[in-house]
Amino acid sequence: MTRPRRVIAALVSTLGAGVVLAGCGSDDDVLTVYSAQHESLVRTMLEGFTEETGIELEFRDANDSELANQIVQEGDASPADVFLTENSPAIDVVDQAGLLAPLDQATLDQVGEAYRPSSGNWVGFAARSTALIYNPSEIAEEELPASMLDLADPAWQGRVGIAAGGADFQAIVSAVLALEGEDATREWLTGLQRNAEIYASNTAIMKAVDEGEVPVGITYHYYWFRDQAQNGLIGDDAALHYFRNQDPGAFVSVSGAGVLASSDQKEQAQRLVEYLTGAAAQERLADSSALEYAVGTGIASADALPPLQELQAPEVDPGDLDAPLVTELMQEVGLL
Amino acid sequence: MTLALAVAVAALALLPLGYIAWYTADIGWTGVRELVFRPRVGELLWNTTRLVVGTVACCAVLGLAAAWLVARSSVPGRRVWHVLLVAPLAVPAFVNSYAWISLLPGLDTYAGALLVVTLSYFPFVYLPLAAAFRGLDPALEETARGLGLSGWAVFLRVQLPQLRVALLGGSLLVALHLLAEFGALQMLRYPTFTTAIYDQYRATFNGPGATMLAGVLVLLCLVLLVAELRLRGRRGYARTGRGAARPVRPVALRAFTGPVLLGLAVLVALALLVPLGSLGYWMVAGADAALDWAALAGTTGTTLALAAAAAAATTALALPTGWLAVRARGRLSTLLERSTYLGSAVPGIVVALALVTLSVRVTPWLYQTMPVLLAAYAILFLPRAIVTVRAAVEQTAPLYDDVAASLGSSAGDRLRRVTLPLLAPGIGAGAALVFLAVVTELTATLLLAPTGTTTLATAFWSASSALDYGAAAPYAVVMVLLSAPATVLLSSDARRGLTT
Repeated sequence: MTRPRRVIAALVSTLGAGVVLAGCGSDDDVLTVYSAQHESLVRTMLEGFTEETGIELEFRDANDSELANQIVQEGDASPADVFLTENSPAIDVVDQAGLLAPLDQATLDQVGEAYRPSSGNWVGFAARSTALIYNPSEIAEEELPASMLDLADPAWQGRVGIAAGGADFQAIVSAVLALEGEDATREWLTGLQRNAEIYASNTAIMKAVDEGEVPVGITYHYYWFRDQAQNGLIGDDAALHYFRNQDPGAFVSVSGAGVLASSDQKEQAQRLVEYLTGAAAQERLADSSALEYAVGTGIASADALPPLQELQAPEVDPGDLDAPLVTELMQEVGLL
Repeated sequence: MTLALAVAVAALALLPLGYIAWYTADIGWTGVRELVFRPRVGELLWNTTRLVVGTVACCAVLGLAAAWLVARSSVPGRRVWHVLLVAPLAVPAFVNSYAWISLLPGLDTYAGALLVVTLSYFPFVYLPLAAAFRGLDPALEETARGLGLSGWAVFLRVQLPQLRVALLGGSLLVALHLLAEFGALQMLRYPTFTTAIYDQYRATFNGPGATMLAGVLVLLCLVLLVAELRLRGRRGYARTGRGAARPVRPVALRAFTGPVLLGLAVLVALALLVPLGSLGYWMVAGADAALDWAALAGTTGTTLALAAAAAAATTALALPTGWLAVRARGRLSTLLERSTYLGSAVPGIVVALALVTLSVRVTPWLYQTMPVLLAAYAILFLPRAIVTVRAAVEQTAPLYDDVAASLGSSAGDRLRRVTLPLLAPGIGAGAALVFLAVVTELTATLLLAPTGTTTLATAFWSASSALDYGAAAPYAVVMVLLSAPATVLLSSDARRGLTT
């Protein structure tokens, strides 16, 4: 029998090619950014960063919890230099694992105190408000519940849409947990498990509400505002309701930015976070079609949005949200 | 040497299974009880089971009826119908699902899921049955009729037993694909184990919840494999007499011709025209948002390069196993070959989950790199390459090699000048099959693609998940165009083509 050396040669060369392919792009001047925020928003806010600083960026875009847990697994070996989240529970996971480096005080000072954790290890760079999207031809605004927690009542069976698998909804649950405690949260989730129709995303909820599949859905404000700005392509028959009154349903979620302690380019990483929270990037956020709230001190958000201060959000420390317990509770009641 | 390589390949293929088994043993009985015996798992089990049973039943009925009509009846245009019935394979199931749900949002029910996956997967049953019908010897049926059996009795007692292997094989293929299906069902909001594992992965990365669901899913796959083996039985059917089988005289449909044509037309319209029409609609409707040609071209380039690398690597890995299976027949080589089949029966989501964890913990320098993604493709698609390589080895007599050796040619020289040229067609066919599978692979790519790598499937997925149907359409069109040639190939040689 012949010894198929060619086989070995082919094997070695393909694996070798793979390694070469993989090796591309691990330049020293490239910052690796793990980003869970919307791609277009992050790219818009960071426009001009590379020209100004000469620092190239490479993004790994995925979901909040996925990236957070990934960084924790990677530990000190993480290729990430900067972590940007869509909601704060994810960056809290990384912070609580002791993997974030403290940020420069000057960077922290660029953002209002309500939008950063007391630890100072990360900083908010955008904010979004929880809201109830509803279909006025299915349900009148007066009939909407006074609190988001009421949606667990049997009367809402089959009538509320949630995106249970998404980080946004899980962040809202983490606020309920921080405000109401574990038992009340479990009870609320149990009710929702019975009542809710599960959708894959907030956009899918908006579409379902628009088409009358469900009369109401839990979402963030900007999905509806963005759609309105595009002439209501998906949700022209839907309207937005704010719970206000410090209700858990008025929770404002903060998108966080942090520098990894394991980064070997901390200086450049700090500059990125500084840039992201600086006036230029924040103004670009306010002017963009993202329609999330700017959090830079003295920066006004987009005109289309009601001022954040008027929404009567409950007081929640964004650095103190417990994502692992949320996952556990959602698994327990069968939402995950 | 060849043996060592084949053992290494089998080990690679069994890596995900081994990981799940190790993990289960590691978290112990109490952990398993807590994570597996809960209402959510029961719900998923019910959802998954009823979808698999329903789809297999529908596919079996459709596949059998269509195969009989095309192979045995007088229906006009049999060749055309044959191509049209195989053609739905060119539309990946998640693209088909997108096509339907973007037109009819109300399809997010059990019936909707059943409809969409049946239309995507019935060719898997149709193809082997069409080939099997062609292989039947009409003399047996004529003898049975001559002995007084009615038409139905002949079908049930003579034809069906001979078709059993093809029917079971096709059904197994449908069931395994369904267990692994992620994109189509996620889009239809129909939760099964695979979609639930993905949700868990997004919430906890590779947490115990995800891994234990994967364990249950793997168990389901094993149950299916064993059940198919049991049902297939040991009975074999083959012509033993001399001479060639006479061509079959087609059964005249007479008055049924019209309704039958209508039925076939409806099936093809649902399985082919709806997805293609929907894609066309979104191409036009989404045209106002200017098509990003550069992004589309770049993504297509990445996908093709990735698929080429995967095809080369997987075929190279298939060579030792395929070679041994023919030239060193025996228990060991059969075991090695079967291990790769078993490994690839594991759904993509489980393979990806296992490789993520193993590469993070054991080989951090390989983590998030191309080799890991290529390894996942190899595990998933090895059988496609092995089957074709094996067939090629089967057809090359060892004689040529011996003659070359007797003329003084060295081992390496013989491999280069005799063996590989003889195997080239088989190697090429295997590589092509792997290439095409990779072009439309979604699940494992979503989890394993290195930072900054976007493929057609993942670009399509991110656009369609955001319900940006217009932006998703061009990527789907490219995937369909790339898959179409393979489908033509499949329909032209149904016996050799279907390999998984």
